Amino acid sequence: MSFTPLRDDDAEREPTDKSAFTPGIEPQATWCPGCGDFGVLKALKGAMGDLGYTPEEVLLVTGIGCSGKLSSYFESYGYHSLHGRALPIARAAKLANPGLEVVAAGGDGDGYGIGGNHFIHTARENHDLTYIVFNNEIFGLTKGQTSPTSPKGHKSKTQPHGSAKDPVRPLSLALVGGASYVARTAAVNPNQAQEILKEAIQHDGFAHVDFLTQCPTWNKDAKQYVPYVDVQQSEDYDFDITDRREASAMMHDVEDALHDGEVLTGRFYHAPDRPSYGAEKRAQGDLPEDPLAERYFDDDADWERSYDLLDAHR
Amino acid sequence: MTGEIAWRIAGGSGDGIDSTSQNFAKALMRSGLHVFTHRHYPSRIRGGHTYVEVRADDEPVRARGDGFNFLLALGDSFARNPKEDAYYGNEQAKPLAENLDDLREGGVIVYDEGLLDPSVIDDFDERVAANDWHVYPMDLRGLAREEGREVMRNTAGVGATCALLDYPLDPIKELMGDRMGGDVYEANSHILDVARGRANDFDHTHDLRMPTGEHETDQVLVSGSNGIAYGAIDAGCRFVSGYPMTPWTEVFTLLSQHLPEMGGIAEQVEDEIAAAALALGASHAGVKALSGSSGGGFALMSEPLGLAEMTETPVVLVEATRAGPSTGMPTKTEQGDLEHVLYTSQGDSCRVVLAPGNQAEAYEQTRLAFEIAYDFHLPVVVVYDQKLSGELRNVDAAVFDREPSPDLGAALTEEELSEAAHHAAGTFERYQHDAASAAEGVSPRSIPGQAGGRFLASGNEHHPTGHISEDADNRVTQMDRRLRKLDAIRERLDDGDTNQVRHGAADATVGVLTYGSNQGTVHEAVDRLVADGHDVASLSVSDLMPFPATEVREFLDSVERCLVVEMNASGQFRGLVQRELGAYGDVLHSLLKYNGEPFEPHEIVEGVGGLDGGDPATAGTRYVPAGSD
Ligand SMILES: Cc1ncc(C[n+]2csc(CCOP(=O)(O)OP(=O)(O)O)c2C)c(N)n1
Ligand code: SF4
Ligand SMILES: [Mg+2]
Repeated sequence: MSFTPLRDDDAEREPTDKSAFTPGIEPQATWCPGCGDFGVLKALKGAMGDLGYTPEEVLLVTGIGCSGKLSSYFESYGYHSLHGRALPIARAAKLANPGLEVVAAGGDGDGYGIGGNHFIHTARENHDLTYIVFNNEIFGLTKGQTSPTSPKGHKSKTQPHGSAKDPVRPLSLALVGGASYVARTAAVNPNQAQEILKEAIQHDGFAHVDFLTQCPTWNKDAKQYVPYVDVQQSEDYDFDITDRREASAMMHDVEDALHDGEVLTGRFYHAPDRPSYGAEKRAQGDLPEDPLAERYFDDDADWERSYDLLDAHR
Repeated sequence: MTGEIAWRIAGGSGDGIDSTSQNFAKALMRSGLHVFTHRHYPSRIRGGHTYVEVRADDEPVRARGDGFNFLLALGDSFARNPKEDAYYGNEQAKPLAENLDDLREGGVIVYDEGLLDPSVIDDFDERVAANDWHVYPMDLRGLAREEGREVMRNTAGVGATCALLDYPLDPIKELMGDRMGGDVYEANSHILDVARGRANDFDHTHDLRMPTGEHETDQVLVSGSNGIAYGAIDAGCRFVSGYPMTPWTEVFTLLSQHLPEMGGIAEQVEDEIAAAALALGASHAGVKALSGSSGGGFALMSEPLGLAEMTETPVVLVEATRAGPSTGMPTKTEQGDLEHVLYTSQGDSCRVVLAPGNQAEAYEQTRLAFEIAYDFHLPVVVVYDQKLSGELRNVDAAVFDREPSPDLGAALTEEELSEAAHHAAGTFERYQHDAASAAEGVSPRSIPGQAGGRFLASGNEHHPTGHISEDADNRVTQMDRRLRKLDAIRERLDDGDTNQVRHGAADATVGVLTYGSNQGTVHEAVDRLVADGHDVASLSVSDLMPFPATEVREFLDSVERCLVVEMNASGQFRGLVQRELGAYGDVLHSLLKYNGEPFEPHEIVEGVGGLDGGDPATAGTRYVPAGSD
């Protein structure tokens, strides 16, 4: 066998040692002390370990930004790609080999700005992926410019008079796009973060996690994301996450609240029965039953020839 | 010109001109003739006047000819009529009026007198007399209406054509029988007979007759786009991602139709950045993948293309060029994207670019593109154009009768991986400084999911494990290794069958140098010149990067002067030759065409005359003597 056998998503697996996801090679140091990005890394390692994955079953595709460096700190197959383009690469890898656990990750500029078109379409198509957006409400790597999620009035070197734009609504955008799992968590809430990532990974479809990551160097520090509220734990919020309208209203409030300094996190939408794109495609005969990638290692595979199409040309 | 027939069918776009001409060409091929089609593309889907030429002879036909000798002018059912608000001149007569300029002396005109009125065309009768044209007005629409249905007027036109050219109806009927059933077939067959009878009622004053021929081998009628799509299929490509754009849409459509039936995957996505990125993702995951576009869409692929170079992700990208800049002339042909495909994306280019010269080469070189991409881990661009994309030509079916080559190239199995070099920390060294095949610069890859193959692919400069590094020594080593692959590829190409085609006199003093789809036209021009006693030979180049320096230098050294023929305004190919060879500025003259139409053979014949001080420029071309820029 040239591949690890296809993983049965629904099978219970023994947890694995999460330290397997820590690279043996010391990565080039990039993240600042106190950066929220460390919180994503820790939660992802924990989630993968808890779910019983090994590094070789995972393909982590990242964009460009401080956030994109996640693939340098996380041991697995990785693709550190282009600014904004993690999703289309991840999507195709999943179609080519559905046996891989594919996670895409990047920043708010990466995913909601330059890659926004891919975000909407990947959600619409409901690819079976986990997409983590490190939302620090700023362009971190390029030194603190206003990002698509920076609040109105946000001042930076490129917006000296403050931003005149309303920020992007990431959760609403995911919902309208067609994502079948939408959640928000925060680096300051490691337990919730790990649980939400586990749910997202297990979800069969496009799972979008807006991950609030403080950027103490250019924007808010950790204190500004505290206190946080888990809407599932709080008495104050009561809505049905499987109801699109209720989810939509809730998301709207949550997005507004963040800019008023109130950090509301949790699961906001879940459509467990919506088939993933892969399932839809397979059902109509447009995606092979066995992973296409395996066929190239199968010495007995039969390969069709163009010669057999020539009748139309005679 | 021999006894060839160059038949032009003209009418409204959307009137079925395309399928009628294709079936006619196929029937001629079946009955033993060689055929070649040239299509005029209007930018509209329906409406707008258009034509297709079918050139047929008893010997191979390699190009569109100089004009044509038989015009079948049908009505344009989408033309605006004089009662409409916006009506311009003699719009309804266009299928006749606009096709007279290139009709050869002694040519035949059949026009639908039910729809076209020659009295609104200036000097029609005078031109007919002056050019010795033989005119047969027929009420094709009326005939079709009475004997079948109005849409069958194309069939009536074909019936008349056969009568006037003394060509039997059987091959046409046989082909119709394959495509149509019962009543529809009977009705069309009847129309053919009636139209033939009516055309035979005329006194035939012309000399033209359909030549007769015979094929020794099984023939198929294919376009350049068929060649590319079929080459990809036989190379084991099972993933295509794209976004529609003319003329790339042809290959995209063909693969989208065939791949899913072959256990593959086809994805139409949100834009061309995504399209290219998906192909990279599929390839990274271990599948042979293709994407592509035309001019503007290919511009959007620029960054993923560079990512493929840096991460050494194999991929084949098709660039089907059309006239630029910007949206340019979407349905017109040009070779103006040469520098674009060679140099787009940041940093030093590390890619292969191939430009097939005809349908069979399109097939062959697309297979080669996959072989190189997957053996050497880099992007290979197959560049062709609107011209080759749509031209149909009969090709020996044996060209396609080949074993598939799905081999994944320089990729390891899990068994091989267990023996391969790993970092002390356990990570696979995907980008080794001195891999076993370091002479070629190729460090074999693993496929995600394989045990023992973990690595990071990164667009940042990286260590052997793929981890990001800005170490100066590592940087230089990795750059050198990646670029060394181009030398190794050049060596492999030089050792194999050459992709450059030399044609013409053995001891030529005058050369014609071209690339890509002009090949057939250049060959025809060279043959005519040689037949007229000129010492001329041509070299048509397909390898654009890495450049076949030795072969081109040998060719240029063997001639005294050389005409470089290309379809763009600034002589990009001539510039490439000079850049690669660092000389020959005083030897290379340019013949350029950029009005949206492909060269006709006579234009090249006259262009070569320019080297001897003649007047080389024809209406559609521009001649630039050596050393003038
Ligand atoms: C096409 C392109 N444009 C611009 C850049 C420069 N750039 C790199 S990261 C970045 C923004 C980073 O912000 P974000 O995506 O929010 O990630 P963060 O660093 O905050 O994690 C920009 C503009 C680039 N690498 N590529
Ligand atoms: S700049 Fe901000 S986001 Fe980037 S590493 Fe530093 S703290 Fe984190
Ligand atoms: Mg950011």
